[in-house]
Amino acid sequence: MPGVLNKIPLPEKKEKSKIDNDYEARALDTICVNESHLQHKWYHNLKYALVGIFFGIAFTKAEIISWFRIQEMFRLQSFHMYGVIGMAIVVGMISIALIKKYNVKTIYGEKIEFHPKKFNKGQIIGGVLFGLGWAMTGACPGPLFAQIGAGFLVIIVVLLSAIAGTWVYGYFREKLPH
Amino acid sequence: MMDILRQPWPWYVAGAIVGLTVPALLLLGNKHFGISANLRHACAACLPANIKFFKYDWKKEVWNLFFVAGILLGGFLAAQFLTNPEPVTVAPALLAELKTYGIEDHSQVLPRELFSLEGLLSLRGLVMLVGGGFLVGFGARYAGGCTSGHAIMGISNLQLPSMIATASFMAGGFLMANVILPYILKL
Repeated sequence: MPGVLNKIPLPEKKEKSKIDNDYEARALDTICVNESHLQHKWYHNLKYALVGIFFGIAFTKAEIISWFRIQEMFRLQSFHMYGVIGMAIVVGMISIALIKKYNVKTIYGEKIEFHPKKFNKGQIIGGVLFGLGWAMTGACPGPLFAQIGAGFLVIIVVLLSAIAGTWVYGYFREKLPH
Repeated sequence: MMDILRQPWPWYVAGAIVGLTVPALLLLGNKHFGISANLRHACAACLPANIKFFKYDWKKEVWNLFFVAGILLGGFLAAQFLTNPEPVTVAPALLAELKTYGIEDHSQVLPRELFSLEGLLSLRGLVMLVGGGFLVGFGARYAGGCTSGHAIMGISNLQLPSMIATASFMAGGFLMANVILPYILKL
């Protein structure tokens, strides 16, 4: 029997950069890789839309979607955006700490999982490029959607351009330093 | 009550709501807060073009598309029912600076001179909207996330790479707003 087992080929070691399967393709840098084993009908997703509605209202009413607020932030002319982001981080940090400490489960009783992020040069190079764009448009991806909803239809052009930017990144990904 | 809601909301209220999005998504279905991933899902859904980076089952991430659809609807509801009739308050120094570039409209959150069809058809508007949008999409994916995924979700989860990414976002923003943007606005 041991002789037979030895003949079973060992799985080849694969290069890290290769995308072996669907999970890895998504995990590359999309952080949402937690896959529920539960199968739900499509309308279960409506609860995420509800969270989005609250989020979008807060974005709009606190003028986070305002080009002026972003310009003030980068010129150190207003505390507002630092307050918003700082407050969000503090609330998020406390929430995650509590979830970890008390091992809180999802509403379906699943364990909540966290994945550590790996450092790569893209976080610096891409980060600076993102910052350049952020100060130009005055919007990161979240506010883009709220701006369109608030009636600034010209922002659809910005959104399409951002999708194009994402596509071009995907196209040149292997050639870029990471 | 409605009057209070119509006023611009203070930073601590908005910040708390944005922060609470993190546990809300985790508790509702183990989802990690991140918005720029939707731009990737859009590519995967519409034009994967046999690029490995876009060859995955985007339907598994459909919750996130529902989430941004909600953000869009939230923006609509706020603009329809909670409008503040007053012009947007802008720091006097910024107003004075913008005036030198012929940008005076602050009746809404986006100045009309840049964010309108006429703005888009001007050279500076084209550079800012199309060029800026491109950099946001390209940079966010290259960095592996945007303000939501890195600055809020990542730092909340004490991830050093997210802190590095956030510092880089800010560096790029300061560079653009203070050094490069004045030249673009003069176009």
